[in-house]
Amino acid sequence: MVHVSATPVLALRGVSKRFGAVQALTDVELEVHAGEVVALVGDNGAGKSTLVKTIAGVHPIDEGVIEWEGKPVSITRPHDAQGLGVATVYQDLALCDNLDVVGNLYLGRELLHRGVIDEVTMEKNARELLSTLSIRIPSVRIPIASLSGGQRQVVAIARALIGDPKVVILDEPTAALGVEQTAQVLDLVERLRERDLGVILISHNMADVKAVADTVAVLRLGKNNGSFPVKDTSHEDIIAAITGATDNAVTRRAGRRTAEAAK
Amino acid sequence: MSDTSKPVQSESSEPVKGTKTEKAATATEAARAEGVVEGQETVAPADDPTAAPVTVVDPRLLIREEGFKGYLTEFKRKVKGGELGQIPVVLGLIVIWTIFQLQNDRFLSADNLSNISYFMSATGMLAIGLVFVLLLGEIDLSVGSVSGLASALFAVFVTEHGMNPWLSLVLTIVTGIGIGALHGWFFAKIGVPAFVVTLAGFLGWNGLMLWLLGSSGTINLPSDSGPIHLLGQSSFFMDQAIIGAYVLAGLAVVLSAVGNFGEQRRRRAAGVPFRATSEILLRVGLLALAAFVSAAVLNNASGVSNALVIFLAALVIVDFVLRRTTYGRKVFAVGGGIEAARRAGINVPLVRITVFAISGGFAAVGGMFFAGQTAGASLSAGGGNTLMLAIAAAVIGGTSLFGGRGTVWSALLGMLVIQSIQTGLDLLNMNTSIQYMITGGVLLGAVVIDSVSRKSQKAAGRG
Repeated sequence: MVHVSATPVLALRGVSKRFGAVQALTDVELEVHAGEVVALVGDNGAGKSTLVKTIAGVHPIDEGVIEWEGKPVSITRPHDAQGLGVATVYQDLALCDNLDVVGNLYLGRELLHRGVIDEVTMEKNARELLSTLSIRIPSVRIPIASLSGGQRQVVAIARALIGDPKVVILDEPTAALGVEQTAQVLDLVERLRERDLGVILISHNMADVKAVADTVAVLRLGKNNGSFPVKDTSHEDIIAAITGATDNAVTRRAGRRTAEAAK
Repeated sequence: MSDTSKPVQSESSEPVKGTKTEKAATATEAARAEGVVEGQETVAPADDPTAAPVTVVDPRLLIREEGFKGYLTEFKRKVKGGELGQIPVVLGLIVIWTIFQLQNDRFLSADNLSNISYFMSATGMLAIGLVFVLLLGEIDLSVGSVSGLASALFAVFVTEHGMNPWLSLVLTIVTGIGIGALHGWFFAKIGVPAFVVTLAGFLGWNGLMLWLLGSSGTINLPSDSGPIHLLGQSSFFMDQAIIGAYVLAGLAVVLSAVGNFGEQRRRRAAGVPFRATSEILLRVGLLALAAFVSAAVLNNASGVSNALVIFLAALVIVDFVLRRTTYGRKVFAVGGGIEAARRAGINVPLVRITVFAISGGFAAVGGMFFAGQTAGASLSAGGGNTLMLAIAAAVIGGTSLFGGRGTVWSALLGMLVIQSIQTGLDLLNMNTSIQYMITGGVLLGAVVIDSVSRKSQKAAGRG
């Protein structure tokens, strides 16, 4: 467990989100500290992606408070989140196929030199960034369309780092990757932590979660279902929290018994 | 992808694989031939920053060789991969010119070429605006009608309200921008398909023009001064001074050389790959050849028309905007992936609205060019096949209908083709029916090339 600061860089307090008749999130709490990797896990439809999108500003929250470095903030647009220092890497990557690697890395925040796009500095920085992250890309000047899935993934993650964010959200970064590429992405996540960034990692892969995360936050049916330090928690406990195995007739009966006994 | 695995596969499977094997073999041959890796920097592996450096480059990739030979091999590979760029249109132009010259030896005369250069600038202006719209992967069907409306508006401002011609010009262009922005607003904010919005505009603005001209039919404009004179057929750069054309050609060559060598110096200083001097010299040399030959030919006739100068200046400015500014990058990004652009913080509706506004603005400018050609506004202005020719020019020039790929120079090349066909058929006294059929065939051919090259780009992993 790495040292984490006292005030979380990002905190969600009682966040709720509703889509029409569906209550996607109910009173969700989440804290991310600088230099901490929080794994957000849960079954399909548990609300992980919705939660991430509320932080990223894609879906504004209906109720609750988002705190940034201890102060409540309003995130209603992706721009707001970027302004605060939240970088999001979505599962569907969303890169522009027709632009080259440099163009994609700097999309939306191109470096300017006397009002003109400074391709030379951008290319230089892009090469340096990709090198420090040990990312293997054929060339920074080929269109994204010609890269493989794993290469696109690392480009998307590298892209998130261009704006010097404080919190990086990774939505299923290893889902479509092979063994070596997965290891590279996990290395990358650890390098983000070393840079003192807060990382929210969404994953279905318990091995990945155990490998890099400090804390596991479990969502179930749009609600918090426990938050565990990874070191002291067994694989089975996390699975139980995800599937709701802790909430069944047996445990409820046991709960009543202990309550009665207390009386 | 080792060179041994592929042939083994093809032996064991059906013969269809044969072509693939050949491709793989050529690819690996090319890799061997190119061999040398450019000066890529090296980095330490992730776990140990002090360990021996490894190359960043994927060893399977074809890397461009330094120098002129690298330029040639890269060029060949691109063509094979379907990135045809401007090659089909240049070849097409040569074919068209040869055919017409064989049919009528006046076709390549200085006077006729001068005519082509003058008359292509009006529709060319519409094509510039259309390039923006096509880069988004959309279409603007209203440019012809908007250009007709612009000439009518200008005529009404000047003749019926006695306004200053230059003020009228500005008002007309602003109106064009406003019309385009309105189309863009319906498309971006309401979500009406651009095709339908601009189709409505195509009818509606044409109707407005007819209504404006209704009482008089045709309004003649004084062509001895003001913008109409400037855009007229008897107005030339530097008043037909012989030196004028060469000044323009020299300016283009010097700017290109300075720009290219400046970039080479900056790239070399920053330690990123740069163009070889020989490659730059070749590019600048070809440009110089084209520019000075054109200048000499136009001087042989009567000089460079101001309309052409304005058209070329607009091309240079727009090319700069598209390639070197954040706005241009946003246009390409929205054309390449709307979701990616949105998540990058790009205001997609704003880009769409401004692109349609630009298209409307250039349509209005083109309308002024038409007014300059005829020294008046007529009921037929901007009608007929104006729209089709403008779209054909942009597409023939190499701008993709599918969005995200293209350059504004396609407006120039495409217009050269279109205007050559029109002028050539006029010279041969072919009537309009044949002109329409041939232009239609050329447009279809251009779109086929676009679609096919897109397919082969997909196959080469560059879709």
